[in-house]
Amino acid sequence: MSQVTWIKGGRVIDPKNERDDVSDIYISNGKIIDRPSSESLAKADTVDATGLVVSPGLVDLHVHFRVPGETHKETIFSGTSAAAAGGFTSVVCMPNTSPPADTAGTIQYIKDAVDRESIVHVFPTACITVGSKGERLAPTGSLRDAGAVAISDGGKCLQNSGLMRRAAEYANMFNMPVIDHCEDYSLSANGVMNEGLVSTKLGLRGSPTEAEDIMVSRDVILSAKTGAHIHIQHVSSRNAIDIIRRAKSRGVNISAEVTPHHMCFSELEVSDFNTNFKMNPPLRSEDDRLAILEGLEDGTIDCIASGHAPHTDYEKDVEFDYAPNGVISLETALGATLNQLYHSKRLDLPRTLSLLTYQPAQILNLNKGTLEIGADADLMLFDPEREWTPQSNSFQSKSSNSPWINRALRGKVTQTFVSGKMVFDNGKILRS
Amino acid sequence: MPWFRKDLISTEELSPEEIQTVFKTTAAFKKILGRKTAKTPSLRGKTVVNLFFENSTRTRVAFEMAATKLSADVMSLDMKTSSTSKGETLRDTVENIHALAADMIVIRHSAPGSAAYISKVLDIPVLNAGDGAHEHPTQALLDCFTLHEKFGSLKGLKIAILGDILYSRVARSNLWAMTKLGAEVTLVGPATLVPREFEQFGVTVSHDLKSALADKDAVMLLRIQHERQNASAFPSINEYTRMFGLNKTRLSWLKENAVIMHPGPINRGVEIDSELADSPQSVILEQVTNGLATRMACLYLCSGGKAEALTG
Repeated sequence: MSQVTWIKGGRVIDPKNERDDVSDIYISNGKIIDRPSSESLAKADTVDATGLVVSPGLVDLHVHFRVPGETHKETIFSGTSAAAAGGFTSVVCMPNTSPPADTAGTIQYIKDAVDRESIVHVFPTACITVGSKGERLAPTGSLRDAGAVAISDGGKCLQNSGLMRRAAEYANMFNMPVIDHCEDYSLSANGVMNEGLVSTKLGLRGSPTEAEDIMVSRDVILSAKTGAHIHIQHVSSRNAIDIIRRAKSRGVNISAEVTPHHMCFSELEVSDFNTNFKMNPPLRSEDDRLAILEGLEDGTIDCIASGHAPHTDYEKDVEFDYAPNGVISLETALGATLNQLYHSKRLDLPRTLSLLTYQPAQILNLNKGTLEIGADADLMLFDPEREWTPQSNSFQSKSSNSPWINRALRGKVTQTFVSGKMVFDNGKILRS
Repeated sequence: MPWFRKDLISTEELSPEEIQTVFKTTAAFKKILGRKTAKTPSLRGKTVVNLFFENSTRTRVAFEMAATKLSADVMSLDMKTSSTSKGETLRDTVENIHALAADMIVIRHSAPGSAAYISKVLDIPVLNAGDGAHEHPTQALLDCFTLHEKFGSLKGLKIAILGDILYSRVARSNLWAMTKLGAEVTLVGPATLVPREFEQFGVTVSHDLKSALADKDAVMLLRIQHERQNASAFPSINEYTRMFGLNKTRLSWLKENAVIMHPGPINRGVEIDSELADSPQSVILEQVTNGLATRMACLYLCSGGKAEALTG
């Protein structure tokens, strides 16, 4: 029998299979196996997981890895290192690259980079429309064949509802989910933050929640019409969450994610023009943030997705109006989620972890996010109590545009395993 | 109350006592300006650099004049011809200017927060001459000083600010300063330019001109900020003037000796009838004159000058 890795004495939580006990996990040949023979155990590599939680590796439906074309912000190596440091073993990357991922060639380029440099599993998405320009459909079938797991226009929203209807019908034929960033540009109108009290005070152009709500409505209606699965990215608005809640109760094939930052922060954080709180959709009112927590508790929101969006310090260190949108998130997502949901006693630990493991995996039919026998040995160990305060040099990511700099988090990943190999160990990436 | 700030970024962060200190200092400089040799050596040997990324007549000339009258050396840069057109960032620009021995910077820029941003980057005084729609503190200080001179105090004074509030830094800076000094402020204009959110800041919001102007001691007109708006805020200039422009009839709704104010520049015949701008009730040019003494005061205080040293 080949080499066994024995993870001993941790609190094993496998939310999908409702497992939560202090026990052992055995790995061999990249898979989770049942308890092996005593001879194998005697020769096994052991990992002491006492006092730690052993969880399926986290699954992230929304990262920006900037390959091809913007590797000054992040590379596949640095991005997946960040993922591993954050306990993520499978990530889905967005197609708003340079050039955008609207041809089989670009998808292949990404896959080649992944094969060469990646620390964790990476699943690419492809554009809905050519160049994400919103004018004509990209070749969805060919993109699926090249390896795309879903289609999305990245940070853009296809404004033409007639074309969105065709995109949904067509993608549905291939069982490809359509992932949408919901924004009506005529309402968001170049806003740089939420339209509300803070934008009124600061004189910054505001984007109202209605810009999101109207497109969420549109997507719900088109999903109902076509039967296509439309997945709503980074919901931020109470109204949008209500629309999704009602749609789900009618059986519409819609799913939704939220980012850790929208879950933890409101527009008040923008009051001193800190560009590490500038994102799209913007941080909304405190009431919208509470609606997010309610939506996570009642199941309206299916999962948490990091939205990891690296930008260099010189790109972010400018006047608020000119800073690009987005923050890095992979390395702080677990701590932020634990802070907001588990340590605050809203949800128990298995439920909290389900939002980062099998629930996101299910949305894109990825066979990930569990610890059952025969599953890929993608798992991570973390200390739910360990406190840490990120600094700008704390990250594996090439970029450091994090809203969590100088803010306390409680919960840190100690080890991450991908396909049975340890790739991250207490702050260090291990490369084979 | 002594002034400890190296920068002047907003009126929102000032205390009422700090505003009174500015008034005291402004009054002292106004007296000095009335003398034959209208100059003081307060900033001799210092170089003040005006960085104006947006157009300006009053504010730029006032700051230049103010620095000159304080015996500083002044440089006024029209940033349209600067290397920002070659992609240089604001941060790099000001750090370079600081490296060229600037002692104080006065900045006007279209991005809200830009003045605060560079005040953190530099260790020399930074004065905000207008940052997008956010704040224009010296304007509000001169406006309130004008009212203070006219009425003795702003406490209980009923003031209407009429026009494009949403895109106005003058409206924002004034509402903070005026409410801190105890005035009752009403913001009035079309619903698309005067959102209700402003009510949270201790002012009244109105879209009905007659009730808003009734019985007011002062009305401040604001120009339509075309350069900041997008197209759909209201139908046309003509419509705006018909519905919200200040004319003789509307002026009569205010108190009998009410004052007409305007930060300038005026678009005659749009937000205000031409003849009203020149009427005896208008204090528009007094505002401008007070603007010189106010900016002398602000430069003086931010450079570490003491109000007591002037008044004795």
